[in-house]
Parts: sequence; C-alpha cells; structure tokens
Amino acid sequence: MATANKDQIQERLTEVLEGFGADREAITREADWESLDVDSLDLVELAQIVEEEYGVEMKEEHMKEMKTVGDAVDFVAERTES
Amino acid sequence: MNERPEGCALVTGASRGIGAAIAHGLAEDGWSVGVNYRKDSEGAEQVVGEIETAGGSAVALQADVCEPGAADELFAALEERFGPVLVLVNNAGMRADSLASQLKDDDWDRVLGTNLSAPFRTTRRALSGMTRARFGRIVNIGSIVGQKANPGQANYAASKAGLIAFTSTVAAEVARRSVTVNSVAPGLVETELTEGIGDEILRAVPARRAGTPEEIAACVRFLASDGASYVNGTTLTVDGGLTA
Repeated sequence: MATANKDQIQERLTEVLEGFGADREAITREADWESLDVDSLDLVELAQIVEEEYGVEMKEEHMKEMKTVGDAVDFVAERTES
Repeated sequence: MNERPEGCALVTGASRGIGAAIAHGLAEDGWSVGVNYRKDSEGAEQVVGEIETAGGSAVALQADVCEPGAADELFAALEERFGPVLVLVNNAGMRADSLASQLKDDDWDRVLGTNLSAPFRTTRRALSGMTRARFGRIVNIGSIVGQKANPGQANYAASKAGLIAFTSTVAAEVARRSVTVNSVAPGLVETELTEGIGDEILRAVPARRAGTPEEIAACVRFLASDGASYVNGTTLTVDGGLTA
C-alpha cells in the first residue's frame, strides 16, 4: 500500500477531478461535488482509482458521507497513514 | 466524439445463429472477438476458424453466463488475450415456453437468469473499463416479444422487456462517458431458437419472410460503430414490419 501525505493525495485527486472536467482553480478542500459538477458516476470512478493507487476501498456508504474534496482527501489519508 | 481505442469485443452465445453472425460481423469491422459458448464447442471453434481464415482474430470461450462468476472469467480471459473489452453484445438467450398458468418456477428462473440477470452481470463487469476508456458499446439482444404479447412466453417476454428497460437506464447512467447502451429487438429470425414457430406468424409479417441472423448482425454492427456514437438508450426493432 502506498503511503502519501495529504498534499500528495490532494494533488492526485485534483488531477483526477480535472480529468472529469472540473476547473482546476475551483478544486479546493472546501469545494463540494456539486459545485465542481462531479456526479455519482465520477465518484464511482474516483473510488476505483483510489482503490487501485492507494489500496483504499471507498464504498458507497463512505461516498455518501463525503461532500467535499477535503473529505475525500482526509478519508484516503487516514487509511494510508502507516 | 471519441476515437475508437484498442480493445476487443465479447459476444455471448456466439457459437451459432444470431450470435455467430454478430461475431463474424464485428470481426469484419476489425474487432478481435471473444466467441462465448456454453456447450457447443464445435460451433464456437468453427466460428473462430472462419474469422481467422478471413484474416481476423477470435477466441472461443466456454462459460455458462448464468453462473455468477462467468462474467469475471470471460473478461479476464479476453483482457489478457486482446486487451480491454470495449464492445459487449449480450446475445445468449433461451426460451422455455408455457402458458403462465402452467409455467414452472424453474422455467421462470432459468429464462430470467439467462436473458436478464446474465446481461446485468456482464454489463456491470464491462462498465468500469468502458467508462475509464471513455469508449464503450453495449448491445443487448432483446425481442419484439418484449413489446408485443405472444401467449406462452410470459417468462421470455418479461426477461426481454426487462432487458430493454435495463438498457435505457444504464445508457442514461454512462452516456456522459461516451459509452452507449442499446438494444436490438429482432422479430422472427431463422435460428434454432425460433424453430417450430408456425407459418401463421410468417403470414403476419409484412415482409412475408423471417429475417436472417446477418440482418440482425448488421444492426448490431451499426450500434457498435463510431457512426452510432450519439445513439444511446434506444431499441432498434428489426422485424420486417411485424410490429409496425
């Protein structure tokens, strides 16, 4: 499993969200999915990438709790801390 | 419109009939094809041989799509051999006709399992790769019986109507990723599955004949092509005018 700090995780998730069409400038810790036009299918894809790259399983019930970019970054960071 | 990436096609139930014609057609269009079969290994090998002789590439893959693990097995085998599965044709189907009042639980379950649950599982398995590739074509083979009553086929009709509703729903979920999900609803086609269906129905077909597997395959090829990139969630009825 990869270990990564929050900045690295945020940078990677920002790249992924940009790939979904979100505006890089708008991708901040506080930004919520709706404001970034990130839909539920995007979140499923984000979860696949997180699982592949960090070995962290992001289930549907977890994703329901995640409202912002910061929530997702923290979720991954908490589970990759060694 | 995304350009077609490298990958392959999977056709379930492709050892004969409509499935075999679809496998041939997709191979002609340049796809490497997984020719799935349940029991007819001879038929599947023949399809593969014909495709290879014509300069294409194909592999025969045994799996009973009703088995919950079949989708994973099929996709893993194809991904290893030919790369990601970018075209999925859910063609495998079965009938077990009886009037609803006489229909056995087992015949209900088998038909729904093969015609509806199996396409769900292969589709689920296909979608993550297709959405990540920003390209995918799923074509489900329905039937006009899903839209128009044919006494004695309540199980078959329910499965095909369900498949058509499944098709449009999934299409709406993934359209944003340049993945299309459509169905083709054949009418009366000359295959083993339709053997024994009487001349009476033929007289009701405005075209006055049954269709051929190649005529169904031609529509699947279109839906799998780049030209059909904006066709999504629809059902193409191919029945010689029977339901017109």
